[in-house]
Amino acid sequence: MARITAGVASSHIPALGVASDLNKTEEAYWAPAFAGYDWTKRWEAEQKPDVVILVYNDHASAFDMKIIPTFAIGCGESYQPADEGWGPRKVPVVEGHPDLAWHIAQSCILDEFDMTIINEMDVDHGLTVPLTMMFGKPEAWPCKVIPLAVNVVTYPPPSGNRCWALGEAIARAVASFPEDLNVQIWGTGGMSHQLQGPRAGLINAEWDNRFLDGLEGDSDALRHIPHIEYLRETGSEGIEMVMWLVMRGALGKATRTLHRHYHVPASNTAVGHIVLEPV
Amino acid sequence: MTSTTDIHAYLAEFDDIPGTRVFTAKRARQGYHLNQFAMSLMKAENRERWKADEAAYLDEWKLTPEQRAAVLARDYNRLLDLGGNIYFLAKVFSTDGLSFVQAVSTMSGMSLQDYQAMMIAGGRSPEGLRSIKDKH
Repeated sequence: MARITAGVASSHIPALGVASDLNKTEEAYWAPAFAGYDWTKRWEAEQKPDVVILVYNDHASAFDMKIIPTFAIGCGESYQPADEGWGPRKVPVVEGHPDLAWHIAQSCILDEFDMTIINEMDVDHGLTVPLTMMFGKPEAWPCKVIPLAVNVVTYPPPSGNRCWALGEAIARAVASFPEDLNVQIWGTGGMSHQLQGPRAGLINAEWDNRFLDGLEGDSDALRHIPHIEYLRETGSEGIEMVMWLVMRGALGKATRTLHRHYHVPASNTAVGHIVLEPV
Repeated sequence: MTSTTDIHAYLAEFDDIPGTRVFTAKRARQGYHLNQFAMSLMKAENRERWKADEAAYLDEWKLTPEQRAAVLARDYNRLLDLGGNIYFLAKVFSTDGLSFVQAVSTMSGMSLQDYQAMMIAGGRSPEGLRSIKDKH
């Protein structure tokens, strides 16, 4: 049977991808941000997940204003890196896992989650930067990836509670997939950052660290944080943290932290990263 | 299940955040053509046509005169007020060769140098910037 063995959360800052692509990770400015992923790179090499369910948001790349799905799951064979305005990143093609993805889509729909099914799309930095942070620069990504896109751009995004519940539904779906697969679920985006307006540059390290604390253990208090609190406390783009709650919800009742990293700044953003396992 | 949230009360709170334009449905509707124009710059051939003649390129899109003037002036705060979304507008400043840090600093009223120094020192504190009405 397929099983979710771990949850990983990480910021997906585009500048981290650029720093990796241009071999700048050892520079003084970038080194502390990347150093926090060294442990995870070694751990992932040992874990060898077969599939990663990668929860992320599209940043006006695959989806424009024509169609805005709240929850969408990639059921395709593969996904090319998107051209976000400066040409596509020169990173490997992302290979999907259509059998498991369609299984999750069907199971979640019967579980009363109205998933949008995507068969063709390009994937932007929201998805490729976390792969870079966890796997470095391989010839090919070492696992299959199921993209799970969440709208956190056009309001209202889904509530944290709904994201958590979707994670629980994904866990039920994975557990009912007959093939023996080591599956991880990643939540990406955040932590505190604001990319727009006169309040741009807002960072709230204290709040971010309380959020990281809340991911560990058996409390589900984080699912009840309202959107307005993310906006006030963590900046307009801090809302991306609701995607971490899909990951947390999928890990079940309680978690243990294997690794944790926090660094300010990388570009305009607080880098948050945590590795959890279900207990 | 949570209880149904009153959408009017939900939206009203967004107007109380200083220096922030939340991308509500109202802004999404107002900025539809503006954001779709920005999105078109994801294609290399469109970027070339845009760079060759910005005004002519804009003629192909149903922008209001205010949106058109703000795009040409790269006035990002104004564009946010007119329904622009930062992830769409990013295609414009990326085409200009600007990074997020460079572009974002132009909205903050700070020089790039001062903005970067603020970020390295830990970023802009939320103290005093959580709520407009609580400040007064």
